[in-house]
Order: sequence, then structure tokens, then C-alpha cells
Amino acid sequence: MKTESKLEKVLTSGALAVTSEVGPPRGAIPEKVRQKATLIKDHVDAINVTDNQTAMVRMSSWAAGVIIKQMGLDPILQMVVRDRNRLAMQSDIIGAYSMGINTMMCLSGDHVKFGDHPMANGVFDLDSVQLVQTVKKMRDEGKFQGGAEIKTPPKMFIGAAANPFADPFELRVMRLAKKVKAGADFIQTQCIFNLDKFEKYMEMVCDRGLDQQVHLLAGITPMKSAGMARYMKNKVPGMDVPDEVIKRMAGVSKEEQPEEGIKIAIESIQRLKEVKGVHGFHIMAIEWEEKVPQIVEKAGLFPRPVL
Amino acid sequence: MITAEQKPLNEIIAYISPYDRILLVGCNECVTVCSAGGRKEVGLLASALNLHFLKQGRTIDIKEMTLERQCDPEYVEELVSEIDRADAILSMACGCGVQTIAERYKEKPVFPAVNTKFMGASESQGVWVERCKGCGDCMLGITGGICPVARCSKHLLNGPCGGTSNGMCEISPDVECAWCLIWERLKALGMENRYEEIMEAKDWRPAGGGGPRKIIREDLSL
Repeated sequence: MKTESKLEKVLTSGALAVTSEVGPPRGAIPEKVRQKATLIKDHVDAINVTDNQTAMVRMSSWAAGVIIKQMGLDPILQMVVRDRNRLAMQSDIIGAYSMGINTMMCLSGDHVKFGDHPMANGVFDLDSVQLVQTVKKMRDEGKFQGGAEIKTPPKMFIGAAANPFADPFELRVMRLAKKVKAGADFIQTQCIFNLDKFEKYMEMVCDRGLDQQVHLLAGITPMKSAGMARYMKNKVPGMDVPDEVIKRMAGVSKEEQPEEGIKIAIESIQRLKEVKGVHGFHIMAIEWEEKVPQIVEKAGLFPRPVL
Repeated sequence: MITAEQKPLNEIIAYISPYDRILLVGCNECVTVCSAGGRKEVGLLASALNLHFLKQGRTIDIKEMTLERQCDPEYVEELVSEIDRADAILSMACGCGVQTIAERYKEKPVFPAVNTKFMGASESQGVWVERCKGCGDCMLGITGGICPVARCSKHLLNGPCGGTSNGMCEISPDVECAWCLIWERLKALGMENRYEEIMEAKDWRPAGGGGPRKIIREDLSL
């Protein structure tokens, strides 16, 4: 074991891991973090805490992560390279680790253009691959990115993201390989709606032996309505929602669409469970956390292992 | 070259309103090429300003001059003969030119008439695009001749991010994804393997992170 991370323990045990996420509130409302975490706590191994997602200011991911940690749960600290330079990121990593957070995700972050401060300057001092390298160097060599020694280095289990659907497709496995080479221990993917394409991607991942080097968690998002499906297809960058999925959502009454969305999510998990190289699931139920337990149970991923 | 665009007329008027005698100075270099501050633009701006003040029942004296290079003290010296007859200087050069004038003629207020934009290349007639950030450590040799620092919206060195669609950047369907371009180029050159080499964290000191930059050529300096 490289770390004390519960997610690492679950993945190492060979069980399919389950993670989900909590988006911190846009205000000083710690109760909101507790509420959201409570909804999913028994059904996941660890909880991603997003970092100013969609480039909107929110409670910091490490602070919300500490709140979740204090509940006896296991937060995954998301960190985007958009908002901080390497000094700030490394100090936050030490701070978060000192508060008991031992698992993190290294991300680029949405462009500031999409958020509520489009006039801000994006930092991007490091990119996500370099952040993975940095966290690994801190952990394995006990050194800061700049080379100085760290007294008692933070030992983070390192995650990164992969989008199997963005362009160019042929580059996607190579990009994953680069993140693995940089030191990623686990990967959470973009929401998967195009299962055929994802399976093809996973074949390529396995052909290169990457499934032996990294734990890949497949991203699952239940859709609330046909409208949301269309929106994700047309408006969300790098998202691949096949027409059949939209048709299926639109094929039932508006009242039944949420239920249909949940069904699709469950069926997706059941199918992807069998795919070589898939070591777990990351369920992103955006502002719909209360549905996570149902999805996890019906997909046969409950109860969660006790380690 | 350095590209620029003329400032809104109202902003320029607000700067010069308190003065009666203006020395309007263009530059024969970059701003001439991008039609923002050359001899022709100096003439057009002078006419527009004259017209504006005339409508207000006021005449101001605008003296037009266009220097060979406003970022060069040698040429800025040519303003000496005119400077006493001016209350203020309005410069149509890039920020380098404005500052060269300000440094030489400390007793006169200098105002910029253009916004300096970026280091760019001409894409087609009337279209200029950013191509270089002046990071001081050129990596075009390993990125197939396409710069991720200037052309990736997140200046990712190991891109592309997950926001690419149909070869376009997530910020706009009009902006090409630099990493898609780099990838296509590496493929065309048979250098696909180069992509998987991790580009290490960049040293931003030569890019300006180390403070204002300077080049000293011992062999050329007096």
C-alpha cells in the first residue's frame, strides 16, 4: 500500500469501488455539505469534493473535505490547476493531508469563461499531468516540486480524470498512458452514455496493459429528463450522448423520465461491470445525490466492503 | 509582430480634452502593418478629433507626426523640435512606444490611442491571430511548430483537456484546439511517439515570472 486511503484498500482488495461526489455550497453553509454527504455515505467508499466546479466560486474543496472527514467519511480532494499556482496547491495538499485527507484528484478545471468570474485570469502554472507528477514526488520522494525536502511528506492516493469521448479519439488512450506514467493510481472517467465507444476505448486501454497499472472507475451520471440529455449532448464540452439515449428518455412521459434515467444508469453499470479494466464506478448525480443509494443497490454494488 | 487596435474615440477624447495643443504620433512599424497606428491612421484620427471638437465649438491644434520606430530612443529624439509647441502627446504606437516617449519627455503627459493586443501573425486580410506569448523558452521544436502556451486556452503542456470537440476548444467553436493541431502535425511528421513524453512543469521565469525581462548583448552595447 502506498497510502492509508480507503479507496486504495478497496481497489487493492479487488472489489469494485464506488465513489460519488459532493459539490460544496456557494456560501458558508457547512450543514449543506453534511446533508449531501449523509445522503450517500453508506453507499460509497469515498466522496469526491469538487473544486470550484464549472468555474463558480464555492466553499473550498479542502474545507468541505475536512467537514466530510469529521463525519468519519472519506473525502477525495479534487484540485484544479486553474485557480492556484504550484505554491498554493502544494500548501493545500499538505494542509488537507494534515487534516486527514489522503486521496485526491488532479484536474485541469473548466475554463473560467464558463463560470461567474469570466474576467478572472486562469492560472495554469502546472497542468493536470504535472500536478500528478508533483503529488507523486511529494509522496514518493518527499520533495516539493521545486526540489526541496519536505519534513513529513503528505501521502496522497493519486487520481486523475480521463475523457474517452473527447477528440481526437486516437489520442485518448495515449493521454491516459501519460497520466499513468506521471503517477496516477486511479482514474475517474467522464460520464459514459456511449457504452459501445467506451468498450472500444477499454479494449485499447487493456491492449496497452494500462489496466494492470491503474484502477479505472467508470463515470456514471443519471439523467433527470430528455431535456438534460439533449443539453449534455449539445452544450457540455466533450460529452457524447447517443441519439438512442435521448430517444429512450423522450419516449416516456415527463413524469417517468427521472425513473428512466435511473434505469439507464443502473443498466450501464451492470453492463460495464463485465468490462475488463473497469475497477469501479464514479457516480455523478448532479444535485440528485439522494438517488445514489438506489442506483448502487440496484446495480448490485451494495453493501460496500468493510475494510 | 505586435498587434494593436484603436481605443474607443470617447476614451481618447477624455484623455486629451484638457489640452489645446496635441502632438499625435504614429509609428511606422507593427502598428502600421496591422493598420492601427501608422501614418494613415494618424491622419484619420486627427480628422475625427478635429471634427469632434469643432462640433463643440472648440478648435484644438493637432500636429501629426509618424516616427520610423517609436520604441527606439533614436527616432523618438525627432520629436524634440515639436515638443515645446505641444501640451500633450497622443501616441498611436504599442505600449513600448508610449513608454519610450514618456521616458524621454518627462515633462509632457503622454496618452495611448491604441490598445496593444498580442504578438500575432496575419491569418488572412484583416485578421490577426495570437501566436506567441514570448515565454522566453521556445518549445515549438518539440510541439510540431504549434505553440500550446499561446494557443491552448489553458496553456496545457500535456494536453488536450477533456473539453475538445470536433477539433475545437471548449471556450468557443471558433477557436481551434491547439493540441488537436499539434497531434495532427506530429502525425503528419511521423512523430506520434513524441506525444507521450511528459513535458515537465515549465519554468515561468523567462516568461516574466522572474520580473521585468531584459536582453543585454555585450557585443552590441556601447
